[in-house]
Amino acid sequence: MIRDITIGQYYPAPSVLHRLDPRVKLVGTIVFIIMIFCINNIAGYVIATAALAAVIAISRVPVKFMLKGLKAIFFILIFTAVLNLFLTPGTPVVEWHFIRITKEGILMALKMAVRLTYLIMGSSVMTLTTTPNHLTDGMEKGLSPLKKIHVPVHDISMIMSIALRFIPILMEETDKIMKAQQARCADFESGNIFQRARSLVPVLVPLFISSFRRANDLAMAMEARCYHGGEGRTKMKPLKYYRRDYISYGCILLYIVVLILLNIFFPPVQQLLFAALGL
Amino acid sequence: MGIIKTAHLIYDYITRDDDTGQETASRAIDDVELDIQAGDFIAILGHNGSGKSTLAKHMNALLLPTDGTVWVKNMDTRDDRAVWDIRQTAGMVFQNPDNQIIGSIVEEDVGFGPENIGVPTGEIWERVNESLKAVGMTEYRTHSPNKLSGGQKQRVAIAGVMAMRPECIVLDEPTAMLDPNGRREVLKTVRQLNKDAGVTVILITHYMDEVIHADKVFVMDDGKIVMQGTPREIFSQVETLKTLRLDVPQVTELAYELKKNGLDLPDGILTIDEFVNAMVKLRREDAGRQEGEATHVN
Amino acid sequence: MSIRLENVNYIYSPDSAFRKQALKDINLEIKDGEFIGLIGHTGSGKSTLIQHLNGLMKATSGHIYYNDQDIYDDKFNLRGLRALVGLVFQYPEHQLFEVTVFKDVCFGPKNLGLSQKECEARAGEALRLVGLKEKHWQKSPFELSGGQKRRVAIAGVLAMKPEVLILDEPTAGLDPKGRNDILDQVAKLHREEKLTVILVSHSMEDVARYVDRLIVMNRGSVFAQGAPQEVFKRYVELERIGLAAPQVTYVMHRLEAEGFAVNKDATTVEAARDEILATFGRSPVPGKLKTTQNAQEGVKQS
Repeated sequence: MIRDITIGQYYPAPSVLHRLDPRVKLVGTIVFIIMIFCINNIAGYVIATAALAAVIAISRVPVKFMLKGLKAIFFILIFTAVLNLFLTPGTPVVEWHFIRITKEGILMALKMAVRLTYLIMGSSVMTLTTTPNHLTDGMEKGLSPLKKIHVPVHDISMIMSIALRFIPILMEETDKIMKAQQARCADFESGNIFQRARSLVPVLVPLFISSFRRANDLAMAMEARCYHGGEGRTKMKPLKYYRRDYISYGCILLYIVVLILLNIFFPPVQQLLFAALGL
Repeated sequence: MGIIKTAHLIYDYITRDDDTGQETASRAIDDVELDIQAGDFIAILGHNGSGKSTLAKHMNALLLPTDGTVWVKNMDTRDDRAVWDIRQTAGMVFQNPDNQIIGSIVEEDVGFGPENIGVPTGEIWERVNESLKAVGMTEYRTHSPNKLSGGQKQRVAIAGVMAMRPECIVLDEPTAMLDPNGRREVLKTVRQLNKDAGVTVILITHYMDEVIHADKVFVMDDGKIVMQGTPREIFSQVETLKTLRLDVPQVTELAYELKKNGLDLPDGILTIDEFVNAMVKLRREDAGRQEGEATHVN
Repeated sequence: MSIRLENVNYIYSPDSAFRKQALKDINLEIKDGEFIGLIGHTGSGKSTLIQHLNGLMKATSGHIYYNDQDIYDDKFNLRGLRALVGLVFQYPEHQLFEVTVFKDVCFGPKNLGLSQKECEARAGEALRLVGLKEKHWQKSPFELSGGQKRRVAIAGVLAMKPEVLILDEPTAGLDPKGRNDILDQVAKLHREEKLTVILVSHSMEDVARYVDRLIVMNRGSVFAQGAPQEVFKRYVELERIGLAAPQVTYVMHRLEAEGFAVNKDATTVEAARDEILATFGRSPVPGKLKTTQNAQEGVKQS
């Protein structure tokens, strides 16, 4: 199950999206997520869906791989959808004993499910097409103005990229330790929540110890390779905007404009349409 | 003076008792004298806890001597200003392949060292290409290190060091966590770098079969250098090695056992070829005598 | 006690693009009291196989019988099997977590629901079996040396009183003396405690010296099995699947090619020595090799 999480995993493929400047991808993802929560009409969702589909197609990452990321949040997805479905007040559609499903509830549940799915897929596209180092490079450069007010931008981004690199390793390690303790008849599945939490001690202690050992080793290896912070450091892959990046920024801007215009002008049209159809 | 030289090197680990606050020093390196010539392939042998890793970490200023001096290309490792030059001159590869790869893509990891020392972008690429080629990992340059085998990861780590254009590489048990194929891969790479690129190699290990091609072998025990010489000289002393918790390759042991049982074989046989040649020679000499004895027994 | 595998298959992520068949039609029998060596290059399916033997992994298809009982039967106590088939993973010292060595070894018995007294008795016995001196028992596991930590971890499995002991590369990372010590201890457990032992190893020299029977894995299937002498005869095939024979086997083959009248099946230094001495019409001076402190192979060969 742990292996199913695709966030933070890079999928190499020869696509334009992979070559795009990480700053563009960061901005694009943030815009996409914000807009998803601002859309108030069907046409907006159609546009967002089309945009997401187009980006996934361009990325050349198999759709299957993208959907795998959703598996990890499947339960959260169902949970929020069910909550919204039953707990939103409004015009009832189904009423049976204490169960009450409203028209607003159905719409809300659908909306939340779509939003969450798109949020995860949108950010997966970014992490799958951008190496963690590239991503943190983007953040470092994007946030570099903050250096003036003594924010340790370089250190933060280095910490993040190392964390991203070690997530898969530590997950594998967790798996190994759990198996080793299970071989000593440890039980992680039964008992109440406190017993279960307690049963994780034999996993967490070795995991912490190994993380510290790794951190220590890594610090030594970095020092041996002359790492001494961001000062005087050059870049193997310096960030530079190319034509494709400006075009992408243009697309993002267009996307914002279209969605805002739809938000302003389409709802009345939508309501007119609904009214005409007698809904 | 060689590329790495130590004089009366002493290193104490300080451990502090949490309850009493008392500090105790344990000596990890005890008066070590070394002089390593540029271009050599040096092996340092020793059991776990003999001090060989501690010694390795002195060779690029990761640890500083408690007493005595270490010079790397005439630079004293205690000189703060020289530390980055020292680390560029003597690169280091560690035991655990996972814990020394920083980049999430092979080529980005190889570029990490040059980035740190401020090499211009164009030259970083040159160095990365060159280093990946030297360790034979060019076709994996865009892969994630997590998908590589142990031997391949260690070759990436070696490329990362080579990209700093060092004159010397110190490898601290680089094969301890690898399977036999990975070990062979890494060893072949290291020997090639030594022969083709003329890099001084200091290989720390407790696998005896890895040192038979070294120019010189040092054996450590209890923080001291207790034996030194060519592999042949070292492997002639089978009993001494065993008391030092070490072993010899099977063929060396076999020759030693046969010699103990009266066969007149030379000391310190290292390879199968040497052994077979010695046996053929022995048979020739033995043939006549054995015939005589055979009739006598009958 | 015996373990029997019938047509065991295991497939990783069967429904995805990462589908990988890790075990293919495995048919094997492990008899009571055997000392088995399991070899194969990395990724050949050794680790997957041993995790099936104690029920940590469940076969995609096929059956595994422990004492003729199907372990996938609903009535079979699968978790109890983990106590009977003790599995020591690679670098087992990384699983230690308790404040003292003694407490850590008690973890297994405690999970079996035994009384405090029984747990302690078993822990003491297990620590004695691995040869860890009593003065270390109340120390933190992290104060010990690498070899000692590994013994503690093995004791942690032995304390469950398994009938079968599986060790995944128990010597990885240890120095030569440490390697010999651990293997001698395992051989002693096999000899004196009558444990069935399965040793996973990358060292052909080690398996040749200790085990009765070898199982060779390649690409998820059993490639060969038999006595070490028989298996190592096929060294050319072994090389093709990323393995090799012990160095002495190559020596003997070379000697035979040079016209020496030696039996080239020798897989240990002792056997090779005796063979060669015999061709020179001499018998070996009595006395055992210094390689191993307990020199149990001397016993085995006599």
